[in-house]
Amino acid sequence: MAIESPAQPPRSLVSEGAAVELVDVVKEYGGHRALAGVSLTMRPGEFVALLGPSGCGKTTVLRSLAGLERIDGGRIRIDGADVTAVPVNKRDIGMVFQSYSLFPHLTAVQNVQFGLEMRRVDAASRARRAREALEMVGLGSLGARYAHELSGGQQQRVALARALVTRPRVLLLDEPLSALDAKVRVQLREEIRRIQIELGITTLFVTHDQEEALAVADRVAVMHAGAIEQVGAPEELYSTPATPFVADFVGLSNRVEGEVRAGRVLVHGAELPLLREEVQDGPVIAFVRPEDVLFADSGVPATVVSSSFLGSVRRTLVRLPDDTLLSVQHETSRRPAAGERVHVRFGGRAVSVSPRPARG
Amino acid sequence: MSAGVEDVRASGTSEESTTPLRAVGRPEAVARRALGRTPRVGAAPSRATSTIVLVLAGVFFLVPIAAMVEFSLRQGRTGSYTLQHYAAVLDPAQEYAYDGLFQGTLNSLAICAITVLIVLLVLLPTMILVELRYPALRRALEFVCILPITIPTVVIGVGFLPVYSVIARLVGSDAWSLAFAIGIIVLPYAYRPIAVNLQGLDVAMLSEAARSLGAGWGTVMVRVLVPNLRRGILASCFITIAVVLGEFTIATFLSRTTFQTALVLIQHTDPYVAVIFALLALVFGFVLLLVIGRLGAVRRRA
Repeated sequence: MAIESPAQPPRSLVSEGAAVELVDVVKEYGGHRALAGVSLTMRPGEFVALLGPSGCGKTTVLRSLAGLERIDGGRIRIDGADVTAVPVNKRDIGMVFQSYSLFPHLTAVQNVQFGLEMRRVDAASRARRAREALEMVGLGSLGARYAHELSGGQQQRVALARALVTRPRVLLLDEPLSALDAKVRVQLREEIRRIQIELGITTLFVTHDQEEALAVADRVAVMHAGAIEQVGAPEELYSTPATPFVADFVGLSNRVEGEVRAGRVLVHGAELPLLREEVQDGPVIAFVRPEDVLFADSGVPATVVSSSFLGSVRRTLVRLPDDTLLSVQHETSRRPAAGERVHVRFGGRAVSVSPRPARG
Repeated sequence: MSAGVEDVRASGTSEESTTPLRAVGRPEAVARRALGRTPRVGAAPSRATSTIVLVLAGVFFLVPIAAMVEFSLRQGRTGSYTLQHYAAVLDPAQEYAYDGLFQGTLNSLAICAITVLIVLLVLLPTMILVELRYPALRRALEFVCILPITIPTVVIGVGFLPVYSVIARLVGSDAWSLAFAIGIIVLPYAYRPIAVNLQGLDVAMLSEAARSLGAGWGTVMVRVLVPNLRRGILASCFITIAVVLGEFTIATFLSRTTFQTALVLIQHTDPYVAVIFALLALVFGFVLLLVIGRLGAVRRRA
C-alpha cells in the first residue's frame, strides 16, 4: 500500500478549535420531523461522534451544521456567532463525505488546493500548504494522481487533507469510513483521531458503527428518531445507558424478560439492581451485557447453541428453557460445544429496563 | 462516451466489471468440452463473419461517396476527368452563380452558433438544475427532450408555421431565427451525451464538496461541473452542428435559405457544385466525429 509514514502536522494547520452549539434544531421534510429539537454543545477541540441507526437524523444534524440543510427551527452557533443563516460556502467548515467526493478532473494536489484557491491564497503558499497537508495524511508522493488512480482509503485521505488545508473552524465527517474495507477502516480512523488531536480541531463524526464511535470519540451522542438520547463519554454510555434504546444500541445486550418489583428486577430467578430506580413495577425487558452472564455449576439450565472465538474472549450463545437466547462472554479457556448442557447465572450488575406489555 | 463514465468509477467497480466476463466465459467452456468443438450460438461472431460484415458495411457507405467524388471530377460527357468544377467554386468571376449557396452556408453556420448557445445556456443549466434540485423531474425532462425525435419533422414544420408568423413579427424573418425551431429538433441529440455524462457523476455531492470548500454556485458550475461534463457537452455541441448542417425540412417549410435548401436549388443548375459541397459537408462531419473521438481518448489517458 502506497502510504508513507505520515508527517507531523504542519504548524500552519494547527487551529485553536471552535466551540459549536446547536440549540433546539428542528428540521422537517414534508411534514415528517427529521430533527425534533436537537441540542448539542461541543467544546473547542473536542471530538464528538454522532451515533445512531440509519434514518435517525444524524446526517441531517451534520448537514445542518455544515449549512447544507436549512433548518426549520433553533439556532446554530460557532464560536458564539450565530451561523444559522450563513450559507455553506461562508461557514468555514471542512467536510469529508461518505462516498468519494474528490473532483475527478483534478489531481490529488489540485483537489487539496481547491479550497485555498477559493480563499485567494497565492500560488506559492497554496502549493506549500497542499504539499504539507498531503504529507500529513501520508500521501506526499501521490499528489499528481487523479482520483481514479487512488484506492478508496487514499481517496478519503486526500479528502481529509482537502478538508483540513484551509484550517476550518470545524471538521465534519459524514461516515467517511463506511465505504472502506475493515482493515483500512480501523487504520484510517486511528489516523483521523491522531490528526484531530494534533491539530486541535473541533470535530463532529457521524457514524452508525458503535465500535467506531466508542473507539475514537471524546464524547458520543446517541441519536434515535430525530432526537439525542444521551451524550457522554464512551465508558459512560456503556456502563450507565440513560435510556433503553442506548442500552440496546450501544454495546451488545441480551434482552431478557423480567419483572420489576420494589426497585429491583427479577429475571429468571435472579434479582438484579436497576440502573435507574424510578421504574414502575410490572413486566419489563432487561438489557443484560454478555459479560454480566456467567457460566456456573448451578443456576438456570441452558443448552449451548454456538460459540465464537473473538481473540481475547469467547462469546457463547445459549438457549434457556423458555427459548430465550442469551449471549455469554467468557474466557477462552472454556470451549463449550454445541448441544452441551450448562448452567448460567447473572452477575448482579445493575441493568436498564424497558417496559413491556404483560403476556396475555 | 461511456468510457469516461467508467473512468470516473473505475476504482469502485473494477471488481464487478470482471465478474460478467467470467460468467460468460464459463458456460462457453463447458459447452465446448461437451461438444468437442467451439459453439457459435450466442458467442461473438467469428473473424470471417465480422470481416464480411465490415466489408459489406464499408462498401455500402463508400460506394456512394466514391461515386460522388467520381461525378464531381467528370468533364461533361467526354469521359475524361478535370478539377475545373472545384476551380469554379473558387472563381470570383462565377461568384454570383454560387451566391445562394455561400449565403445558405453562412446562414447555416449562424444557426449552428445560436443553436449551440441554446444548448449551452438553456439545456445544460436546466439539466444540471434538475439533477441537483428536482431529481423527480428527470424523467419528465428526458421525455420532453426525446419527444421531437418521435414526431415527423414535416409535422413539426407545419406546426411551426403559425408560431413563426409571430416570431417574424417580433424579431424579423432573418435566417438565424430558424435557430429557435432547430434548437428543438436537436434536443434529442444534444440531450443524450450530456445525460450519459451526468449519470456517471455525483453532481450533488461534487457541488456540496465544492461549496463546503468555499465555492459559490457560479464557481461550482465553471470550475467543477462543466470540466467534468466537458466530454458530454462537446459531443452535444458537435452533434448539434452536424444536425443543423443537415437540416432541410424546417428551412423549406419556413422558406429560409440554409445550406441544405441552397444545395437543392443549385443542383438544378450546377449538379457538380452541389455534389462538391455535399462532399465537403461529409468531410466536415467526419472531422467533427474524429475530434469527438480524440477528445475521448485524451480524457481516458488523463
